[in-house]
Amino acid sequence: MTEQKTTEPFIQLSGLRKVFRTRGEEFLAISDASFNVQEGELVSLVGPSGCGKTTLLKIIADLYDFDGGTVKIGGSGINFDPGRDVGMVFQQALLLKWRRILDNVVLPAEILGLPVKESRERARDLLNMVGLTGFEDKYPYELSGGMQQRAAIARSLVHDPKLILMDEPFGALDALTREKMNLELLRIWKESKKTIIFVTHGIAEAVFLGTRVVVLTSGPARMADMFEVELPYPRTLDMKTHERFGDYTRRIYKLLGME
Amino acid sequence: MEKHSEKFRTWAIIIAAHLMVILAWHLWVTIAEVPTYVMPTPKMTIMSLAEDYNWVHNTLFTAAEIFGGYILACIVGIGLALFFAWFKKLEATMMPLVVSMNMIPKVALGPLFIVWFSYGMVPNIFIAFSISFLPILLTTARGLQETDPDLIDLVRSLRASKWQVFTKIQLPGALPFVFSGMKVAVVLAVAGAIVGEFIASEEGLGYLMLQVQVTLDTAAMFMAVLLITAIGVSLYGLVLLLERLFVVGDSRVE
Repeated sequence: MTEQKTTEPFIQLSGLRKVFRTRGEEFLAISDASFNVQEGELVSLVGPSGCGKTTLLKIIADLYDFDGGTVKIGGSGINFDPGRDVGMVFQQALLLKWRRILDNVVLPAEILGLPVKESRERARDLLNMVGLTGFEDKYPYELSGGMQQRAAIARSLVHDPKLILMDEPFGALDALTREKMNLELLRIWKESKKTIIFVTHGIAEAVFLGTRVVVLTSGPARMADMFEVELPYPRTLDMKTHERFGDYTRRIYKLLGME
Repeated sequence: MEKHSEKFRTWAIIIAAHLMVILAWHLWVTIAEVPTYVMPTPKMTIMSLAEDYNWVHNTLFTAAEIFGGYILACIVGIGLALFFAWFKKLEATMMPLVVSMNMIPKVALGPLFIVWFSYGMVPNIFIAFSISFLPILLTTARGLQETDPDLIDLVRSLRASKWQVFTKIQLPGALPFVFSGMKVAVVLAVAGAIVGEFIASEEGLGYLMLQVQVTLDTAAMFMAVLLITAIGVSLYGLVLLLERLFVVGDSRVE
């Protein structure tokens, strides 16, 4: 083992391949995905529906196995326990209807058997951070879609995981709420200093959020491009009108065959 | 304050609706001069309670059959559904069988139950049970399958045990379905017990109805029907109360 404390990436994917087999038929979900994620990065995974984005995310979450290539998370300097260090947010908030918001946020800590009192304290702090102070004792149905998704984000952070995986978390929200949540997410990311992989089919969203963008194309599913987004943080909505922002989005449109 | 008066209004409407039906009943019988052996007035129906028909005993007897059969149905229905949820292979083989069983007219089993368990309360409890446990089983089983796969993934990524998934997500998630099955089952349990009494019984309100039919005491028959209904309504109310306690407002299945 060589010492590579500063250079070794947090996540290393190389030549990742995934095939789904159903009733004798094979379906190539991912062919040859290779990219690295540095600790503390926010990487956007963008691509059309059915291009294997979610599959890739679930492989990283250690929920699916894969057919080729390697996935390495953690390494020298960073301990990573896949059963402990992953937080997930989905398109649906998936809050438990019968639990109050605070109890929903606590769920992952509960499953991991973390100390109850500390977890609840932490959940309160997180709800405060996502802007849901005062909603601790509400039931999910009493919250709007955007607020539910904020609670889901707080839930993904409650066990203090090192990696947050987000699968189109704002895809079900209306356009305005979505923009607002993008800004919120950037703030939460900065405050929590987590590594985030953000799956989306929103091209502008991918560029606006990511330190880096990974582009996936479908049929056959493969990784088409990866680039750094050289726009400074904190990002503001008017950056979307910057020439560079347009260059990035055009680059993705082109890859997806829309230009 | 506002909520309070709204509740009062709801109850007022419910009571008024019932009183209106009784009034309409009374008016119809008196104005149209319906013969009393066809249709007694509400007053005559109430008065029949004064007759020596052992009302209290018969009502309690029928109530015991209904509640007994119903509670048994809840235990077996929910129990089997949980069992199936844990042993998926068993469910795959048993469920088609359960669906076929659902098609058996349970009422037709009445005479068989009499043969197996002889006269009295026991066979009637079994008829009430057999007719009402399937909806509970089916809805509970359905509810246990309703969990969102993404939610399962979320907790699986945390290495949740099967038991944790079951107790924290599946079971509480299934509760609204359990209650919807239980509500349907109330009506069936009542019908089952009465059918049992019709077939062969020496006690109970169903039995009493057959007795007074011979003497054309229609008022007593009406009273018996009302008392049976009252038993059913109380059981239903009890289930609603439990639902209110255990199921959060939004997730109740109507």
